[in-house]
Amino acid sequence: MKAKKNIYTVCYHVFVVLFGLLMIYPVIWMILSSFKMKSEILGNNAPFFPTEWVFENYPNGWKGAGEYSFATYFKNSIVISVLATVGTVVSSAMVAYALARVKFKGRKFWFTCMIMTMLLPGQVLMIPQYIIWNNLHMVGTFVPMILPKFLGVPFFIYMMMQFIKGLPKELDEAAMIDGCNRYQIFSKIVLPLLGPSIITTVVIQFYWVWDDYMGPLLYLTKPGLYTVSFAIKNFADVQGTNFGPMFAMSTLSLIPVFLLFLFFNRYLMDGVTAGSVKG
Amino acid sequence: MKESRKASLKAFLNNDNTVGYIFAAPFIIGFCGLTLIPMALSLYYSFCDYKIGGNALWIGLQNYLNLFKDATFGNSIMVTLQYVLIGVPLKLVFALFIAMLLTRPTRLQGIYRAVYYIPSLIGGSVAVALVWKQLFGSRGPIVSFIKSMGVTGFNFFGSTTWAFIPLVLCNAWQFGSSMLIFASGLKQIPMDYYEAAEIDGAGAVKRFFKITLPCLSPIILFNLLMQLISGFMTFTQAQIITNGGPNHATEYVSLFIFTEGFSYGHMGYACAASWIILIIMAVTTGIIFKTSKTWVFYEADE
Repeated sequence: MKAKKNIYTVCYHVFVVLFGLLMIYPVIWMILSSFKMKSEILGNNAPFFPTEWVFENYPNGWKGAGEYSFATYFKNSIVISVLATVGTVVSSAMVAYALARVKFKGRKFWFTCMIMTMLLPGQVLMIPQYIIWNNLHMVGTFVPMILPKFLGVPFFIYMMMQFIKGLPKELDEAAMIDGCNRYQIFSKIVLPLLGPSIITTVVIQFYWVWDDYMGPLLYLTKPGLYTVSFAIKNFADVQGTNFGPMFAMSTLSLIPVFLLFLFFNRYLMDGVTAGSVKG
Repeated sequence: MKESRKASLKAFLNNDNTVGYIFAAPFIIGFCGLTLIPMALSLYYSFCDYKIGGNALWIGLQNYLNLFKDATFGNSIMVTLQYVLIGVPLKLVFALFIAMLLTRPTRLQGIYRAVYYIPSLIGGSVAVALVWKQLFGSRGPIVSFIKSMGVTGFNFFGSTTWAFIPLVLCNAWQFGSSMLIFASGLKQIPMDYYEAAEIDGAGAVKRFFKITLPCLSPIILFNLLMQLISGFMTFTQAQIITNGGPNHATEYVSLFIFTEGFSYGHMGYACAASWIILIIMAVTTGIIFKTSKTWVFYEADE
C-alpha cells in the first residue's frame, strides 16, 4: 500500500515538473537564444542550447538602433513606472478607505461608478482620451501615462476595499475614543494595516505599467521618450532578421519584473486571491 | 467667537460627508475627466466626421450606417468572436486543471505555483509577443517540430485559418491569475462533501461534476466575465504578433478601432465602432448574468 502511494507521489511530481518546464519553455528559449549566434536561433537544425555561448548580443543590443541607447529607455521606464505606482497606491488607498469605511452621501453611487469603470475596457476610450490629451498639448510627454494613476485605479480600489472591510471596526472605534480624527485613523491605523494589499498593488501595477504597450504607442511620440517595452518593438522592426540583440534586450526588459516577483511572490499569491473571492 | 468658528470648522472637516468626499476626490475627478467626459465626447464624435486638428462635422447616423456596410468591420467582429469563443473556455479549463493539479499539499506547492504563474507575469509584455512571433514563425521551433513529423509547407502566420492559434495559445498561457482564484475557491470547498460522496460510492468524475463544479460556479462566473472582457479587447499581442494579418484574419475589434482612428484618421468612425462594440459586450455580459441564475450555485445562508 505504501509503495503504491510512493509511486503515485513520484508520478505526480514528475508530471508537474515536466509540465511546468513546458510552460516556461518559451521563456527558456528566449534566454538561451539571447546567447546564441545568429545562425543557431532559428531554422530546422537550431540546437536547444547554444553550441558556443555568445555574449555580444547584450552590448550590441544595448546600443540601440537610433541615437538613443537602452540606458535612456530604461530610465524612462523607471521614471514612469515608479511615479505611476506611487500614484496608484496613494490614490487607491484613499478612495478605498472612503468607499469601505466612511458613510457619506452618494457612497453607493460612486461605488457603482467605480465598478462600471473597472469593467469598462480602456480600448473603448482610447480615441476620446487621446483627443483630450492632444487638446491639452500633453501628447509627447509622460503626463498621460502618469497623471491618471493619481486619480485612483478601480481594480486596486476594489481589492483594497475588500481588505479594509476585513479589518475589525473596533480598531477605528478605539482610535476614535483615544481622540484620533478620521484623517489620523487613515494614516495611523488603516494605512499601516493595508501593508500586504499595498505590496500586491505595487507589484501588479509596476509590471502593468512597465509592460504597457498601448500608452507609449499613443503618447510617447519621440524616440527620446520611449519606454523599454515600446523601444524593443521598434528595435525588432529595425533589426530585421538579426534576432540575437532583440532577444537579449527582451530578456533584460523582463528582469525588473522577475526581481519584484521573486521578492514579493508570497504576498502576491495571497493578495490576488484575497481580493477577488470574498465579495 | 474665534473658538466657535474653529470648532465648527473642525466639525465640518470631521463630518462623514466631508471626509468621504475628500478621500474619494481622486476617483471622482478621475471618473469625470477620464471616463465621463471621454464617453460623452466619443458619443458626440460618433455622429461626426472628425479628424484630429479639424472641425467636427455633424453627419448624423452616417458613421453607423457605413459600419454596417463595412465588410472589414463585420469581419473583425467575427474573428473576435472566434478568438473569444475558443480562447476563453480553453483558458478557463486550463486554469482549473492546473489549480486542481496544484491543490495537493506538498512542500513544493509554493514553488510549483510560482513557476506556473511566471507566464502570466510576463505574458502580456512586448518581449513575449516578440518571442511568440519567432517561436511560431515559419523558421521557429514549433513549425520545425511540425515539419519533423512530416507535414510540409505549414506556416501559422501565412494562413488565414491558423494564424489565430498562436494568439489563442498566448492568451491561454497566461492562465495564472484565473488559476490562483480557482485555487482559493477549491480550498473553500468543505472536505466532508467529498468524504460523504465517496462513502456513497461516487467516483472521481462524478465528484468533480456534482461537487467541485457547482461549488466553484460563482468563481467560474467571475473568471468568465473578466476573461471575456479582456479577450474581447485583446490588442498588444495581435498588434505585434500578426498585426491583424494575414488578410484581416486576426484584425480584432480593438485593432480595427486603432487602425481606423490613428492610421486612417477616421476618429468619428472609430468612435462609432467603439460604441457598437461596447453594446455587443454589454449585451453579452448581460445575457451571461441572466442565465447565471440557472447554473451558479450560491450557498443558502449568504
